[in-house]
Amino acid sequence: MARNLIRRLPILYQNHPHRLFSSATAAVAPSPSPSPSPTDEEIVEMKGVKVSGRPLYMDMQATTPVDPRVLDAMLPFYLSRFGNPHSRTHLYGWESEAAVETARAQVASLIGANPKEIFFTSGATECNNISVKGVMRFYRDKKRHVITTQTEHKCVLDSCRHLQQEGFEPLEEIGRICREKGVPFHTDGAQALGKIPIDVEKMGIALMSLSGHKIYGPKGVGALYLRRRPRVRVEPQMSGGGQERGIRSGTVPTPLVVGMGAACEIAAKEMEYDTRRVTSLQERLLNGIRSRLDEVVVNGSMEHRYPGNLNLSFAYVEGESLLMGLKEVAVSSGSACTSASLEPSYVLRALGVDEDMAHTSIRFGIGRFTTEAEIDRAIELTVQQVEKLRNMSPLYEMAKAGIDLKSIQWAQH
Amino acid sequence: MLRLALKRSLRLGPAVSDTPSAAMVASRGYHERVVDHYNNPRNVGSFDKEDPNVGTGLVGAPACGDVMKLQIKVDEDSGKIVDACFKTFGCGSAIASSSVATEWVKGKQMEEVLTIKNTEIAKHLSLPPVKLHCSMLAEDAIKAAVKDYELKKAKAAPKQE
Repeated sequence: MARNLIRRLPILYQNHPHRLFSSATAAVAPSPSPSPSPTDEEIVEMKGVKVSGRPLYMDMQATTPVDPRVLDAMLPFYLSRFGNPHSRTHLYGWESEAAVETARAQVASLIGANPKEIFFTSGATECNNISVKGVMRFYRDKKRHVITTQTEHKCVLDSCRHLQQEGFEPLEEIGRICREKGVPFHTDGAQALGKIPIDVEKMGIALMSLSGHKIYGPKGVGALYLRRRPRVRVEPQMSGGGQERGIRSGTVPTPLVVGMGAACEIAAKEMEYDTRRVTSLQERLLNGIRSRLDEVVVNGSMEHRYPGNLNLSFAYVEGESLLMGLKEVAVSSGSACTSASLEPSYVLRALGVDEDMAHTSIRFGIGRFTTEAEIDRAIELTVQQVEKLRNMSPLYEMAKAGIDLKSIQWAQH
Repeated sequence: MLRLALKRSLRLGPAVSDTPSAAMVASRGYHERVVDHYNNPRNVGSFDKEDPNVGTGLVGAPACGDVMKLQIKVDEDSGKIVDACFKTFGCGSAIASSSVATEWVKGKQMEEVLTIKNTEIAKHLSLPPVKLHCSMLAEDAIKAAVKDYELKKAKAAPKQE
Protein backbone atom coordinates (compact mmCIF):
# COMPACT_ATOMS: atom_id res chain seq x y z
CA MET A 1 0.00 0.00 0.00
CA ALA A 2 2.83 2.35 0.90
CA ARG A 3 4.52 1.60 -2.40
CA ASN A 4 1.41 2.65 -4.30
CA LEU A 5 1.45 5.95 -2.52
CA ILE A 6 5.12 6.61 -3.22
CA ARG A 7 4.33 6.15 -6.88
CA ARG A 8 1.56 8.69 -6.60
CA LEU A 9 3.83 11.23 -4.90
CA PRO A 10 4.99 14.14 -7.06
CA ILE A 11 8.32 13.61 -8.85
CA LEU A 12 9.98 15.96 -6.35
CA TYR A 13 9.78 13.45 -3.51
CA GLN A 14 11.03 10.54 -5.57
CA ASN A 15 14.14 12.22 -6.88
CA HIS A 16 15.18 13.77 -3.64
CA PRO A 17 18.20 12.10 -1.96
CA HIS A 18 16.70 12.23 1.52
CA ARG A 19 13.50 10.51 0.52
CA LEU A 20 10.88 10.48 3.26
CA PHE A 21 10.97 7.03 4.81
CA SER A 22 7.66 5.29 5.30
CA SER A 23 7.03 3.82 8.68
CA ALA A 24 7.60 0.37 7.20
CA THR A 25 11.34 0.90 6.95
CA ALA A 26 12.35 -0.17 10.43
CA ALA A 27 9.58 -2.72 10.51
CA VAL A 28 10.44 -4.86 7.55
CA ALA A 29 14.01 -5.49 8.70
CA PRO A 30 14.15 -9.01 10.17
CA SER A 31 15.01 -9.43 13.84
CA PRO A 32 18.61 -9.84 15.11
CA SER A 33 20.62 -10.51 11.99
CA PRO A 34 24.42 -10.66 12.15
CA SER A 35 24.74 -7.49 10.09
CA PRO A 36 27.38 -4.85 10.72
CA SER A 37 26.31 -2.37 13.39
CA PRO A 38 24.20 0.48 12.01
CA THR A 39 26.07 3.62 11.08
CA ASP A 40 25.80 6.73 13.19
CA GLU A 41 23.23 8.17 10.82
CA GLU A 42 20.82 5.35 11.36
CA ILE A 43 20.83 5.18 15.16
CA VAL A 44 18.36 7.63 16.65
CA GLU A 45 18.86 8.58 20.27
CA MET A 46 16.30 10.56 22.20
CA LYS A 47 15.43 10.73 25.89
CA GLY A 48 18.10 8.20 26.74
CA VAL A 49 16.68 5.57 24.42
CA LYS A 50 18.55 4.34 21.36
CA VAL A 51 16.64 3.01 18.36
CA SER A 52 18.11 1.88 15.06
CA GLY A 53 15.95 3.53 12.44
CA ARG A 54 12.57 5.11 13.08
CA PRO A 55 10.10 3.00 15.08
CA LEU A 56 7.13 1.63 13.23
CA TYR A 57 4.07 3.71 13.97
CA MET A 58 1.09 2.11 15.66
CA ASP A 59 -0.48 4.99 17.53
CA MET A 60 -3.10 6.14 15.01
CA GLN A 61 -5.49 7.35 17.71
CA ALA A 62 -2.94 9.93 18.84
CA THR A 63 -2.40 11.26 15.34
CA THR A 64 -2.08 10.12 11.74
CA PRO A 65 0.42 10.86 9.00
CA VAL A 66 -0.77 13.30 6.37
CA ASP A 67 -1.92 11.49 3.25
CA PRO A 68 0.38 12.57 0.38
CA ARG A 69 -2.68 13.43 -1.69
CA VAL A 70 -3.77 15.86 1.03
CA LEU A 71 -0.34 17.47 1.03
CA ASP A 72 -0.57 17.88 -2.75
CA ALA A 73 -3.84 19.74 -2.32
CA MET A 74 -2.42 22.01 0.40
CA LEU A 75 0.95 23.09 -1.03
CA PRO A 76 -0.25 25.61 -3.66
CA PHE A 77 -2.00 27.52 -0.87
CA TYR A 78 1.26 28.02 0.97
CA LEU A 79 3.38 29.04 -1.97
CA SER A 80 1.45 30.72 -4.74
CA ARG A 81 -2.24 31.01 -3.85
CA PHE A 82 -1.51 32.35 -0.41
CA GLY A 83 -4.18 35.04 -0.11
CA ASN A 84 -6.25 35.74 2.99
CA PRO A 85 -9.72 34.34 2.32
CA HIS A 86 -11.30 37.43 3.87
CA SER A 87 -9.63 39.85 1.45
CA ARG A 88 -12.51 40.98 -0.70
CA THR A 89 -10.71 43.18 -3.18
CA HIS A 90 -8.41 40.97 -5.24
CA LEU A 91 -7.91 37.59 -6.89
CA TYR A 92 -5.75 36.23 -4.09
CA GLY A 93 -8.58 36.65 -1.62
CA TRP A 94 -11.25 35.37 -3.97
CA GLU A 95 -9.43 32.18 -4.88
CA SER A 96 -8.58 31.52 -1.23
CA GLU A 97 -12.20 31.99 -0.25
CA ALA A 98 -13.34 29.68 -3.02
CA ALA A 99 -10.96 27.01 -1.77
CA VAL A 100 -12.30 27.39 1.78
CA GLU A 101 -15.86 27.00 0.57
CA THR A 102 -14.96 23.92 -1.46
CA ALA A 103 -13.37 22.39 1.63
CA ARG A 104 -16.43 23.29 3.66
CA ALA A 105 -18.60 21.37 1.23
CA GLN A 106 -16.26 18.37 1.35
CA VAL A 107 -16.44 18.20 5.14
CA ALA A 108 -20.22 18.65 5.12
CA SER A 109 -20.74 15.92 2.59
CA LEU A 110 -18.86 13.39 4.72
CA ILE A 111 -21.32 13.80 7.58
CA GLY A 112 -24.53 14.44 5.66
CA ALA A 113 -24.74 18.12 6.61
CA ASN A 114 -25.26 21.39 4.80
CA PRO A 115 -22.05 23.41 4.20
CA LYS A 116 -23.65 26.35 6.00
CA GLU A 117 -23.56 24.27 9.16
CA ILE A 118 -19.74 23.83 9.19
CA PHE A 119 -17.41 26.25 10.96
CA PHE A 120 -13.64 25.88 10.88
CA THR A 121 -11.62 26.04 14.07
CA SER A 122 -8.13 25.14 15.27
CA GLY A 123 -9.08 21.61 16.22
CA ALA A 124 -11.48 19.34 18.04
CA THR A 125 -10.46 20.70 21.44
CA GLU A 126 -11.55 24.16 20.43
CA CYS A 127 -14.77 22.74 19.01
CA ASN A 128 -15.51 20.98 22.26
CA ASN A 129 -14.94 24.18 24.19
CA ILE A 130 -17.23 26.15 21.89
CA SER A 131 -19.86 23.44 22.04
CA VAL A 132 -19.97 22.94 25.76
CA LYS A 133 -19.25 26.43 27.05
CA GLY A 134 -20.80 28.22 24.09
CA VAL A 135 -24.16 26.48 24.30
CA MET A 136 -24.36 26.61 28.06
CA ARG A 137 -23.43 30.24 28.33
CA PHE A 138 -25.88 31.16 25.60
CA TYR A 139 -28.72 29.44 27.38
CA ARG A 140 -27.49 30.27 30.87
CA ASP A 141 -30.69 32.02 31.81
CA LYS A 142 -32.95 29.18 30.77
CA LYS A 143 -31.29 25.85 31.56
CA ARG A 144 -28.48 24.97 33.87
CA HIS A 145 -27.57 21.31 33.48
CA VAL A 146 -25.15 19.35 31.31
CA ILE A 147 -25.11 15.60 30.72
CA THR A 148 -21.80 14.00 29.85
CA THR A 149 -20.15 10.58 29.91
CA GLN A 150 -17.08 9.39 31.79
CA THR A 151 -15.23 8.38 28.66
CA GLU A 152 -15.08 11.84 27.12
CA HIS A 153 -11.86 13.57 26.20
CA LYS A 154 -10.24 15.67 28.91
CA CYS A 155 -11.19 18.94 27.19
CA VAL A 156 -14.88 18.10 27.37
CA LEU A 157 -14.68 17.11 31.03
CA ASP A 158 -12.62 20.20 31.82
CA SER A 159 -15.11 22.45 30.07
CA CYS A 160 -17.89 20.88 32.10
CA ARG A 161 -15.88 21.39 35.25
CA HIS A 162 -15.48 25.08 34.35
CA LEU A 163 -19.20 25.39 33.94
CA GLN A 164 -19.69 23.73 37.29
CA GLN A 165 -17.81 26.64 38.77
CA GLU A 166 -20.16 29.00 37.00
CA GLY A 167 -23.10 27.35 38.68
CA PHE A 168 -24.18 24.67 36.19
CA GLU A 169 -25.06 21.19 37.52
CA PRO A 170 -23.63 17.98 36.02
CA LEU A 171 -25.63 14.79 35.50
CA GLU A 172 -24.06 11.45 34.76
CA GLU A 173 -25.89 9.61 31.99
CA ILE A 174 -26.21 10.23 28.30
CA GLY A 175 -29.64 10.38 26.71
CA ARG A 176 -30.51 9.26 23.21
CA ILE A 177 -33.88 10.93 23.36
CA CYS A 178 -32.24 14.35 23.35
CA ARG A 179 -33.67 15.45 20.06
CA GLU A 180 -37.26 14.68 20.99
CA LYS A 181 -36.89 16.49 24.25
CA GLY A 182 -35.33 19.49 22.55
CA VAL A 183 -32.00 18.99 24.26
CA PRO A 184 -28.99 19.82 22.08
CA PHE A 185 -26.88 16.68 21.60
CA HIS A 186 -23.19 17.24 21.13
CA THR A 187 -20.78 14.52 20.14
CA ASP A 188 -17.03 14.55 19.81
CA GLY A 189 -16.59 13.00 16.38
CA ALA A 190 -12.83 13.42 16.28
CA GLN A 191 -11.99 9.72 16.23
CA ALA A 192 -15.09 8.63 14.33
CA LEU A 193 -14.88 10.97 11.33
CA GLY A 194 -14.04 9.19 8.13
CA LYS A 195 -13.90 5.82 9.80
CA ILE A 196 -17.53 5.01 10.51
CA PRO A 197 -20.42 6.40 8.47
CA ILE A 198 -21.88 9.47 10.16
CA ASP A 199 -25.19 11.04 9.27
CA VAL A 200 -26.14 13.94 11.47
CA GLU A 201 -29.78 13.68 10.45
CA LYS A 202 -30.11 10.01 11.29
CA MET A 203 -28.16 10.29 14.50
CA GLY A 204 -30.00 13.34 15.74
CA ILE A 205 -26.80 15.26 16.31
CA ALA A 206 -27.00 18.97 17.03
CA LEU A 207 -23.29 19.74 17.45
CA MET A 208 -20.25 17.77 16.43
CA SER A 209 -16.52 18.34 16.86
CA LEU A 210 -14.24 17.21 14.04
CA SER A 211 -10.47 17.04 13.91
CA GLY A 212 -8.19 17.23 10.88
CA HIS A 213 -5.17 15.31 12.07
CA LYS A 214 -7.11 12.17 13.00
CA ILE A 215 -8.13 11.51 9.38
CA TYR A 216 -4.78 11.87 7.61
CA GLY A 217 -5.15 15.62 7.36
CA PRO A 218 -2.96 18.41 8.78
CA LYS A 219 -2.64 19.30 12.43
CA GLY A 220 -4.00 22.61 13.66
CA VAL A 221 -7.42 22.49 12.03
CA GLY A 222 -10.84 21.22 12.98
CA ALA A 223 -14.45 21.87 12.14
CA LEU A 224 -17.56 22.38 14.20
CA TYR A 225 -20.91 21.17 12.95
CA LEU A 226 -23.78 23.36 14.22
CA ARG A 227 -27.28 22.33 13.27
CA ARG A 228 -29.45 24.94 11.54
CA ARG A 229 -32.84 23.27 11.83
CA PRO A 230 -33.66 23.48 14.68
CA ARG A 231 -31.06 26.19 15.12
CA VAL A 232 -28.46 25.70 17.81
CA ARG A 233 -27.06 28.91 19.16
CA VAL A 234 -23.68 29.30 20.81
CA GLU A 235 -21.84 32.11 22.46
CA PRO A 236 -18.57 32.62 20.57
CA GLN A 237 -15.45 31.84 22.59
CA MET A 238 -13.05 33.75 20.32
CA SER A 239 -13.75 37.46 19.90
CA GLY A 240 -12.43 39.44 16.95
CA GLY A 241 -13.27 40.28 13.36
CA GLY A 242 -16.41 38.18 13.22
CA GLN A 243 -15.13 35.57 10.73
CA GLU A 244 -17.01 32.29 10.28
CA ARG A 245 -20.28 34.16 10.76
CA GLY A 246 -19.26 35.44 14.15
CA ILE A 247 -18.99 31.94 15.57
CA ARG A 248 -15.21 31.90 15.47
CA SER A 249 -13.10 34.96 14.78
CA GLY A 250 -9.63 34.71 13.30
CA THR A 251 -8.32 34.35 9.76
CA VAL A 252 -9.34 31.01 8.36
CA PRO A 253 -6.09 29.13 7.55
CA THR A 254 -6.72 28.26 3.92
CA PRO A 255 -4.02 25.62 3.42
CA LEU A 256 -5.06 23.74 6.57
CA VAL A 257 -8.71 23.94 5.72
CA VAL A 258 -8.08 22.76 2.16
CA GLY A 259 -6.13 19.88 3.62
CA MET A 260 -8.99 18.93 5.90
CA GLY A 261 -11.43 19.10 3.02
CA ALA A 262 -9.24 16.93 0.85
CA ALA A 263 -8.83 14.45 3.69
CA CYS A 264 -12.61 14.26 4.10
CA GLU A 265 -13.15 13.67 0.43
CA ILE A 266 -10.59 10.90 0.36
CA ALA A 267 -12.12 9.39 3.48
CA ALA A 268 -15.57 9.34 1.91
CA LYS A 269 -14.24 7.46 -1.10
CA GLU A 270 -12.03 5.03 0.77
CA MET A 271 -13.91 4.40 4.00
CA GLU A 272 -15.28 1.02 3.06
CA TYR A 273 -12.00 -0.30 1.70
CA ASP A 274 -10.06 1.07 4.66
CA THR A 275 -12.44 -0.49 7.13
CA ARG A 276 -12.16 -3.92 5.56
CA ARG A 277 -8.39 -3.70 5.43
CA VAL A 278 -8.01 -2.40 8.96
CA THR A 279 -10.34 -5.07 10.32
CA SER A 280 -8.29 -7.82 8.76
CA LEU A 281 -5.08 -6.28 10.11
CA GLN A 282 -6.60 -6.04 13.56
CA GLU A 283 -7.54 -9.71 13.46
CA ARG A 284 -4.05 -10.58 12.31
CA LEU A 285 -2.55 -8.65 15.21
CA LEU A 286 -4.86 -10.09 17.82
CA ASN A 287 -4.54 -13.67 16.61
CA GLY A 288 -0.81 -13.34 16.22
CA ILE A 289 -0.42 -12.21 19.80
CA ARG A 290 -2.97 -14.59 21.28
CA SER A 291 -1.41 -17.60 19.57
CA ARG A 292 1.87 -16.99 21.42
CA LEU A 293 0.75 -15.47 24.73
CA ASP A 294 -1.89 -16.38 27.23
CA GLU A 295 -3.81 -14.09 29.57
CA VAL A 296 -4.27 -11.31 27.04
CA VAL A 297 -7.43 -9.30 27.58
CA VAL A 298 -9.06 -6.99 25.05
CA ASN A 299 -10.34 -3.85 26.76
CA GLY A 300 -13.73 -2.61 25.64
CA SER A 301 -16.25 -4.52 23.56
CA MET A 302 -15.09 -6.51 20.52
CA GLU A 303 -18.39 -6.05 18.69
CA HIS A 304 -18.88 -2.34 19.20
CA ARG A 305 -15.47 -1.02 18.46
CA TYR A 306 -13.66 0.73 15.71
CA PRO A 307 -11.41 -1.96 14.23
CA GLY A 308 -8.33 0.26 14.08
CA ASN A 309 -8.11 0.48 17.83
CA LEU A 310 -6.84 -2.51 19.78
CA ASN A 311 -6.39 -1.94 23.47
CA LEU A 312 -4.84 -4.98 25.12
CA SER A 313 -4.00 -5.83 28.68
CA PHE A 314 -1.19 -8.30 29.34
CA ALA A 315 -1.70 -9.72 32.78
CA TYR A 316 1.19 -9.46 35.24
CA VAL A 317 3.13 -7.03 33.06
CA GLU A 318 3.14 -3.31 33.80
CA GLY A 319 2.30 -1.04 30.85
CA GLU A 320 5.05 1.53 31.14
CA SER A 321 7.79 -1.06 31.40
CA LEU A 322 6.38 -2.79 28.32
CA LEU A 323 6.39 0.51 26.45
CA MET A 324 10.01 1.02 27.41
CA GLY A 325 10.89 -2.27 25.80
CA LEU A 326 8.73 -1.65 22.75
CA LYS A 327 10.74 1.31 21.61
CA GLU A 328 10.84 -0.03 18.05
CA VAL A 329 7.05 0.22 17.93
CA ALA A 330 5.32 3.52 18.61
CA VAL A 331 2.31 2.65 20.74
CA SER A 332 0.76 4.19 23.79
CA SER A 333 -0.42 3.05 27.18
CA GLY A 334 -4.07 3.99 27.64
CA SER A 335 -4.76 7.38 26.10
CA ALA A 336 -2.19 10.02 25.19
CA CYS A 337 -4.15 12.89 26.69
CA THR A 338 -3.64 12.00 30.32
CA SER A 339 -0.10 10.79 30.09
CA ALA A 340 1.19 13.31 32.62
CA SER A 341 -0.57 11.72 35.60
CA LEU A 342 0.38 8.44 37.27
CA GLU A 343 -3.17 7.21 37.57
CA PRO A 344 -4.47 4.52 35.27
CA SER A 345 -6.51 5.89 32.36
CA TYR A 346 -9.92 7.08 33.51
CA VAL A 347 -11.35 5.85 30.26
CA LEU A 348 -10.28 2.30 31.03
CA ARG A 349 -11.61 2.57 34.53
CA ALA A 350 -14.93 3.77 33.17
CA LEU A 351 -14.98 0.77 30.84
CA GLY A 352 -14.90 -1.44 33.91
CA VAL A 353 -11.30 -2.61 33.73
CA ASP A 354 -9.96 -3.83 37.09
CA GLU A 355 -7.54 -1.42 38.72
CA ASP A 356 -4.57 -3.75 38.62
CA MET A 357 -5.24 -4.63 34.98
CA ALA A 358 -5.56 -0.97 34.03
CA HIS A 359 -1.84 -0.53 34.65
CA THR A 360 -1.10 -3.23 32.13
CA SER A 361 -2.76 -1.89 29.01
CA ILE A 362 -1.27 -1.00 25.65
CA ARG A 363 -3.14 0.69 22.82
CA PHE A 364 -2.32 -0.33 19.25
CA GLY A 365 -3.61 2.01 16.55
CA ILE A 366 -3.91 0.67 13.02
CA GLY A 367 -4.65 2.90 10.05
CA ARG A 368 -4.71 3.41 6.32
CA PHE A 369 -0.95 3.15 5.93
CA THR A 370 -0.28 0.23 8.26
CA THR A 371 1.20 -2.75 6.44
CA GLU A 372 1.11 -6.45 7.18
CA ALA A 373 4.88 -6.46 7.65
CA GLU A 374 4.48 -3.84 10.39
CA ILE A 375 1.81 -5.89 12.10
CA ASP A 376 4.00 -9.00 12.02
CA ARG A 377 6.97 -7.12 13.42
CA ALA A 378 4.80 -5.60 16.13
CA ILE A 379 3.58 -9.05 17.11
CA GLU A 380 7.16 -10.34 17.25
CA LEU A 381 8.43 -7.48 19.40
CA THR A 382 5.42 -7.48 21.71
CA VAL A 383 5.62 -11.20 22.38
CA GLN A 384 9.35 -10.97 23.08
CA GLN A 385 8.99 -8.13 25.55
CA VAL A 386 5.98 -9.57 27.34
CA GLU A 387 7.76 -12.88 27.83
CA LYS A 388 10.85 -11.13 29.16
CA LEU A 389 8.82 -9.04 31.58
CA ARG A 390 6.73 -11.96 32.76
CA ASN A 391 9.93 -13.75 33.69
CA MET A 392 10.75 -10.73 35.81
CA SER A 393 7.32 -10.47 37.35
CA PRO A 394 6.59 -11.72 40.86
CA LEU A 395 2.87 -11.70 40.07
CA TYR A 396 3.31 -14.08 37.15
CA GLU A 397 5.40 -16.34 39.33
CA MET A 398 2.74 -16.37 42.03
CA ALA A 399 -0.06 -16.95 39.57
CA LYS A 400 1.77 -19.85 37.97
CA ALA A 401 2.24 -21.35 41.45
CA GLY A 402 -1.50 -21.27 41.83
CA ILE A 403 -1.78 -18.40 44.31
CA ASP A 404 -4.90 -16.27 43.97
CA LEU A 405 -3.59 -12.73 43.70
CA LYS A 406 -6.83 -11.20 44.87
CA SER A 407 -6.52 -12.97 48.22
CA ILE A 408 -3.18 -11.43 49.17
CA GLN A 409 -2.96 -8.61 51.67
CA TRP A 410 -0.61 -6.19 49.96
CA ALA A 411 1.69 -4.05 52.08
CA GLN A 412 0.74 -0.58 50.84
CA HIS A 413 3.18 2.24 51.45
CA MET B 1 9.65 28.12 -9.70
CA LEU B 2 7.48 26.04 -7.43
CA ARG B 3 9.68 22.99 -7.92
CA LEU B 4 12.85 24.93 -7.08
CA ALA B 5 11.37 26.40 -3.94
CA LEU B 6 10.20 22.98 -2.82
CA LYS B 7 13.52 21.31 -3.58
CA ARG B 8 15.28 23.98 -1.60
CA SER B 9 13.00 23.59 1.38
CA LEU B 10 13.29 19.80 1.32
CA ARG B 11 17.06 19.82 1.13
CA LEU B 12 17.27 22.08 4.14
CA GLY B 13 15.09 19.89 6.27
CA PRO B 14 16.48 16.65 7.69
CA ALA B 15 14.66 13.44 6.76
CA VAL B 16 15.68 11.50 9.84
CA SER B 17 16.08 13.22 13.21
CA ASP B 18 19.55 14.54 13.84
CA THR B 19 21.39 14.51 17.16
CA PRO B 20 19.24 15.94 19.96
CA SER B 21 20.15 19.32 21.37
CA ALA B 22 21.36 19.68 24.93
CA ALA B 23 17.96 21.02 25.92
CA MET B 24 16.18 17.87 24.79
CA VAL B 25 18.57 15.55 26.62
CA ALA B 26 18.16 17.48 29.85
CA SER B 27 14.35 17.25 29.74
CA ARG B 28 12.51 14.31 31.26
CA GLY B 29 13.46 10.97 29.83
CA TYR B 30 15.07 7.76 31.04
CA HIS B 31 18.59 8.03 32.38
CA GLU B 32 20.90 5.63 30.58
CA ARG B 33 21.47 3.68 33.81
CA VAL B 34 17.75 2.96 34.04
CA VAL B 35 17.70 1.80 30.43
CA ASP B 36 20.78 -0.33 31.10
CA HIS B 37 19.20 -2.05 34.09
CA TYR B 38 16.06 -2.63 32.08
CA ASN B 39 17.87 -4.13 29.10
CA ASN B 40 20.40 -6.10 31.14
CA PRO B 41 18.75 -6.76 34.47
CA ARG B 42 21.04 -8.12 37.11
CA ASN B 43 19.98 -10.84 39.54
CA VAL B 44 16.51 -11.59 38.22
CA GLY B 45 15.30 -14.80 39.75
CA SER B 46 13.98 -16.63 42.77
CA PHE B 47 15.39 -18.47 45.73
CA ASP B 48 13.51 -21.17 47.58
CA LYS B 49 11.25 -19.38 50.01
CA GLU B 50 11.40 -22.20 52.53
CA ASP B 51 15.19 -22.17 52.71
CA PRO B 52 16.08 -21.02 56.23
CA ASN B 53 18.90 -18.87 54.90
CA VAL B 54 16.65 -16.90 52.61
CA GLY B 55 14.78 -13.74 53.52
CA THR B 56 11.96 -12.60 51.25
CA GLY B 57 10.57 -9.08 51.08
CA LEU B 58 7.35 -8.51 49.12
CA VAL B 59 6.19 -4.90 48.97
CA GLY B 60 3.82 -2.77 46.95
CA ALA B 61 0.42 -3.48 45.40
CA PRO B 62 -0.81 -4.26 41.86
CA ALA B 63 -3.42 -1.53 42.16
CA CYS B 64 -0.62 1.02 42.56
CA GLY B 65 1.25 -0.46 39.62
CA ASP B 66 4.33 -1.46 41.61
CA VAL B 67 5.18 -4.78 43.26
CA MET B 68 8.72 -5.77 44.24
CA LYS B 69 9.95 -9.10 45.58
CA LEU B 70 13.51 -8.97 46.87
CA GLN B 71 15.22 -12.05 48.29
CA ILE B 72 18.51 -12.31 50.18
CA LYS B 73 20.59 -15.36 50.95
CA VAL B 74 22.45 -14.95 54.20
CA ASP B 75 25.46 -16.85 55.45
CA GLU B 76 24.41 -18.16 58.86
CA ASP B 77 27.70 -17.77 60.63
CA SER B 78 28.96 -14.42 59.40
CA GLY B 79 25.62 -12.69 58.92
CA LYS B 80 26.79 -11.57 55.50
CA ILE B 81 24.45 -11.44 52.50
CA VAL B 82 26.03 -13.75 49.95
CA ASP B 83 23.45 -13.53 47.22
CA ALA B 84 20.36 -11.55 46.26
CA CYS B 85 17.72 -11.68 43.56
CA PHE B 86 14.57 -9.84 42.64
CA LYS B 87 11.38 -9.85 40.61
CA THR B 88 9.41 -6.69 39.90
CA PHE B 89 6.05 -5.74 38.42
CA GLY B 90 6.38 -2.06 37.63
CA CYS B 91 7.75 0.63 35.34
CA GLY B 92 11.33 0.86 34.08
CA SER B 93 12.37 2.95 37.08
CA ALA B 94 10.95 0.39 39.50
CA ILE B 95 12.78 -2.44 37.76
CA ALA B 96 16.02 -0.47 37.80
CA SER B 97 15.61 0.49 41.47
CA SER B 98 15.16 -3.09 42.60
CA SER B 99 17.97 -4.27 40.35
CA VAL B 100 20.31 -1.70 41.91
CA ALA B 101 19.13 -2.76 45.36
CA THR B 102 20.15 -6.38 44.74
CA GLU B 103 23.55 -5.25 43.51
CA TRP B 104 24.17 -3.09 46.55
CA VAL B 105 23.19 -5.63 49.20
CA LYS B 106 25.47 -8.37 47.94
CA GLY B 107 28.50 -8.92 50.13
CA LYS B 108 27.30 -6.61 52.90
CA GLN B 109 26.29 -7.24 56.48
CA MET B 110 22.61 -7.17 57.30
CA GLU B 111 22.91 -4.17 59.59
CA GLU B 112 24.75 -2.32 56.84
CA VAL B 113 22.07 -2.77 54.20
CA LEU B 114 19.44 -1.37 56.51
CA THR B 115 21.21 1.97 56.12
CA ILE B 116 20.74 2.05 52.34
CA LYS B 117 18.57 5.07 51.68
CA ASN B 118 16.10 5.55 48.84
CA THR B 119 17.72 8.90 48.07
CA GLU B 120 20.98 7.15 47.21
CA ILE B 121 19.22 4.81 44.80
CA ALA B 122 17.33 7.71 43.26
CA LYS B 123 20.52 9.71 42.82
CA HIS B 124 22.37 6.78 41.25
CA LEU B 125 19.60 6.40 38.67
CA SER B 126 18.82 10.12 38.30
CA LEU B 127 15.17 9.42 38.95
CA PRO B 128 12.81 12.31 38.25
CA PRO B 129 10.57 13.45 41.16
CA VAL B 130 7.57 11.60 39.78
CA LYS B 131 9.49 8.29 40.09
CA LEU B 132 10.92 8.73 43.56
CA HIS B 133 8.40 6.31 45.03
CA CYS B 134 10.12 3.51 43.09
CA SER B 135 13.31 4.02 45.05
CA MET B 136 11.35 4.18 48.30
CA LEU B 137 9.73 0.87 47.47
CA ALA B 138 13.19 -0.62 46.82
CA GLU B 139 14.37 0.55 50.24
CA ASP B 140 11.24 -0.96 51.79
CA ALA B 141 11.89 -4.21 49.96
CA ILE B 142 15.42 -4.49 51.41
CA LYS B 143 14.13 -3.85 54.92
CA ALA B 144 11.30 -6.33 54.47
CA ALA B 145 13.71 -9.03 53.28
CA VAL B 146 15.99 -8.52 56.28
CA LYS B 147 13.03 -8.52 58.65
CA ASP B 148 11.72 -11.72 57.13
CA TYR B 149 15.09 -13.44 57.58
CA GLU B 150 15.32 -12.37 61.21
CA LEU B 151 11.81 -13.61 61.88
CA LYS B 152 12.69 -16.97 60.37
CA LYS B 153 15.81 -17.20 62.48
CA ALA B 154 13.89 -16.31 65.63
CA LYS B 155 11.31 -19.01 64.94
CA ALA B 156 13.98 -21.61 64.19
CA ALA B 157 16.12 -20.79 67.27
CA PRO B 158 13.88 -22.21 70.06
CA LYS B 159 13.55 -25.47 68.06
CA GLN B 160 17.32 -25.89 68.01
CA GLU B 161 17.41 -25.88 71.77
